[in-house]
Amino acid sequence: MSIDRYVRKWGPVAGLVMSFMAAIGMIRSFDGRMMINPVLSLGYIALLLPPAVFGYLAARGEVNVLEEQERDVPGGAVKGAMVGLIAGLVTVVFMLVTAPFDLSGFFPNINDAMVDVMTFHQGLGLGSLILIAVSTAVGAMGGALHGASEVVRAGVLRSLGWVMLFALFELVVTDIIDVRAIVRFIYAAGGGLQLWSALIIAALAWWLGGRYAGRRAEFSDMAKASEAGSRLRYSLIGIGILLLIILPMLVGGIVNELLINVALFILMGLGLNIVVGQAGLLDLGYVAFFAVGAYGTAVLTSPLSPTFAPALNWWLALPIVMIFAAIAGVLVGTPVIRMRGDYLAIVTLGFGEIVRLLLLSDWLTPYFGGAQGITRIPGITVGPLTISGTSPELFIYLTMIFVAIAAYISYRAQNSRVGRAWAAMREDEDVAEAIGISTVKAKLVAFVTGAIIASFAGALFSAKVGTVFTNSFDVLVSIIILVVVIVGGMGSIRGVALGALMLIGILGGPKSQGLLTEFAEFKLLIYGAILVFMMLKRPEGLLPSVRRSRELHGAEAEQDAWLDRRGDFVDEDAEEAIT
Amino acid sequence: MSTDLAPEVAKPRRFKFNWVDSFLWFVRVAALIAITIGVVGSFQNFAAGEGPSATAWRDLIISSITTGSMYGLIALGYSMVYGVLGFINFAHGEVFMSGTMVGLISATMPFNNGFWDSSPFISIVVVLLVAMITSTLVAIVIERVAYRPLRGAPRLIPLITSIGVSFFVQYAFAGLFGVATRNYPPSPPGLAADLSIFGITLPISGTRALVIAVAVVSMIGLWYFVTKTKTGSAMRAVAEDKEIAGLMGIDVDKTIVTTFAVGGAMAGVAGLMWALLFRGVDFLTGFLPGIKAFTAAVLGGIGNLPGAMLGGVLLGLFEGVGPLLVLGGLGIPGVSQLKDAVAFAALVLVLIFRPTGLLGERLGSEDRV
Repeated sequence: MSIDRYVRKWGPVAGLVMSFMAAIGMIRSFDGRMMINPVLSLGYIALLLPPAVFGYLAARGEVNVLEEQERDVPGGAVKGAMVGLIAGLVTVVFMLVTAPFDLSGFFPNINDAMVDVMTFHQGLGLGSLILIAVSTAVGAMGGALHGASEVVRAGVLRSLGWVMLFALFELVVTDIIDVRAIVRFIYAAGGGLQLWSALIIAALAWWLGGRYAGRRAEFSDMAKASEAGSRLRYSLIGIGILLLIILPMLVGGIVNELLINVALFILMGLGLNIVVGQAGLLDLGYVAFFAVGAYGTAVLTSPLSPTFAPALNWWLALPIVMIFAAIAGVLVGTPVIRMRGDYLAIVTLGFGEIVRLLLLSDWLTPYFGGAQGITRIPGITVGPLTISGTSPELFIYLTMIFVAIAAYISYRAQNSRVGRAWAAMREDEDVAEAIGISTVKAKLVAFVTGAIIASFAGALFSAKVGTVFTNSFDVLVSIIILVVVIVGGMGSIRGVALGALMLIGILGGPKSQGLLTEFAEFKLLIYGAILVFMMLKRPEGLLPSVRRSRELHGAEAEQDAWLDRRGDFVDEDAEEAIT
Repeated sequence: MSTDLAPEVAKPRRFKFNWVDSFLWFVRVAALIAITIGVVGSFQNFAAGEGPSATAWRDLIISSITTGSMYGLIALGYSMVYGVLGFINFAHGEVFMSGTMVGLISATMPFNNGFWDSSPFISIVVVLLVAMITSTLVAIVIERVAYRPLRGAPRLIPLITSIGVSFFVQYAFAGLFGVATRNYPPSPPGLAADLSIFGITLPISGTRALVIAVAVVSMIGLWYFVTKTKTGSAMRAVAEDKEIAGLMGIDVDKTIVTTFAVGGAMAGVAGLMWALLFRGVDFLTGFLPGIKAFTAAVLGGIGNLPGAMLGGVLLGLFEGVGPLLVLGGLGIPGVSQLKDAVAFAALVLVLIFRPTGLLGERLGSEDRV
């Protein structure tokens, strides 16, 4: 019997992914986080995800846009099980090969503790068999899921999704519910969901989701159409805003702190979104403008600023900082105006690093404090209050206001004259120029707007933290903002918000932790993987703007891709004649 | 025969005066004036007997050239990939780092049992092979997994992908090897001493001489490979036009893999050089040299192989000698901290002064920088 092509392809891949996650210490580190107490930790979810996902992929086989997929449960289960079996075998071989040697000198994470977790604490002999059996079973489930009917598939995914959400957002949920008895019912003492509450959540998600699945389609149709729809839409937006206003009051300090970080990244994401998403200029040194905002505010407001210390009020400093940022935008923007695409990316990256290195150098230390930074930046005065990072439940509102301003600017810019010029420029610069768009002006406006929005974030950041150091402004920050924009959807305002919530909120920002502190060590690895995955599978982002996704996935493009994959002979001349 | 991998398309120059141009001219003139004042200042200091001595200057220049030839080798990988695929492979610095990291294992084991000191030559060749093989494999895997599915995508998409790959590889190595900096064993005694030929002692250590020699040999070998062999011709043909090359019976995918493999191997050689010159490696080792090597490739004219090497050496000199010569002459304190800033400033200035690089040709409108 010959083994299916996709089983041969995905089985070893799944095994390698499992071994890799073990070798970098991910499984063991994630094992510390309970998801469903005491059965399932995040580590085992990570360990068993590859057989499930690749089992599903093997059962799916070849993707064909124009043909209905073949679905059958036993066939899928067999393929998935084989993937799981191969994956388990590969992982066991990896453990058996590494176990006899002491590799901890070179690979600190390949050690007995890793083997212990991987073998379910049962020792290498019995544990390996268990691992292979579990991996096979999970693979079979993944494969069978592909074969199942639409209702079952959606139900299973929805239930798993909600259980995971409740387990991951334990901190937020406990803050919101805040009634000890209920919290104790849902969550176990050592963290993680109780087994029964997990089952209840899964059942509820299945049942309610199934009931409202049809209604939701009806609802969104209604929202799209007619006058009643627009009233519905506005009321939904109203409810959303109300929720946003109430949320910070319900959750505690830690979550609010996190929300501030998320909001700051939404702010910067919105700024970068104008430059990258709308104008199509890949700026890898965006953090420089954030630094201008933060250092500008620090110098102007802190009484401890080394040379020049006017100790202004934050609100007075803000317009001055905005002017600085605009000048910085022009200074960075002008030299790169003639550059395209990749050169622009590297040069802006260079600018970002130059700014950081100069701030750090002995030369400018007398003005900006060098490695010591600038401390004692006062909070923001609002009436009788002084709001700073020590009162996150108030600071979050201030940040939200600036996010709203930035969102309004982006929204208005999108369909304005300059917004349309950006779109034209993004698609084809030469054509844009030919039809009379001043690309020089459009590019500079994009850089300056982006810079000013970043300076808002910088000003808020320095008032929140109270100190500025150069290490808050390295190239990593630029890249992470870029990932936020790309994951959410370039050119889309909702997308940026979603991207920041998911990435900064859950995984954590460059210097801050997210909800999952276990991810801290691996977040940049995950960021990299997400970036590659998105570019390969969904370059338009999770919530793309309509125009952008049309650019990337035209109907013809899909057809061409399909024909390519089929390997059919395409007569290009004939095609040209048709078009 | 030309060694250019990038297509050459002539384009008439447009004469149009506007304020962007005048700003750029202002920057050019200001940069020239600043550099002149700095250099003159340094010479005055030197004449007055202040600042570094002549020997110190000489050593600085030699060490800059060795670092520069390492950049040049990494730059070859950037240049070839850019020539063939037309995008910046941001992850190339990580290809270099992977060779250095894995090479460390093959250096530490012979060092611990004394083999490193007793037969240094064999040990270094082993490290070189391990580094080259690792880097080549990493480069091939990256191409297969991340870049091949993106053939024909808009240009920024592979670039953003390569940033993701770069992060992934960095932190994969951080997970595998830990985040601590590890050190290669010290150069064998024969290499650490100053080089002497026929009894004349030259002011250059054996290690540095070896690095320069390896760089020159690799460069010549690569040049021979690209211009004289069949595979090399195929690479140049693919760089010129992928579709036509395919119609001429060239296996385009295979040729692109070869390009990545050769670039990876060169990065592996550079990895050994890093090990001999600086000894300390960690998972971030590839980041800065990667960006600088890209700068070197642009400086020499991207897509041009001798240009990459020349650009590397020049960039090494800029960042090694530049801070002291120009900034020191301007009276700026703590110039050695600004080494990286000077390298980046060099990139910006090169792209303002001569976007096509020193040996590059004028590129067509689609490839205009």
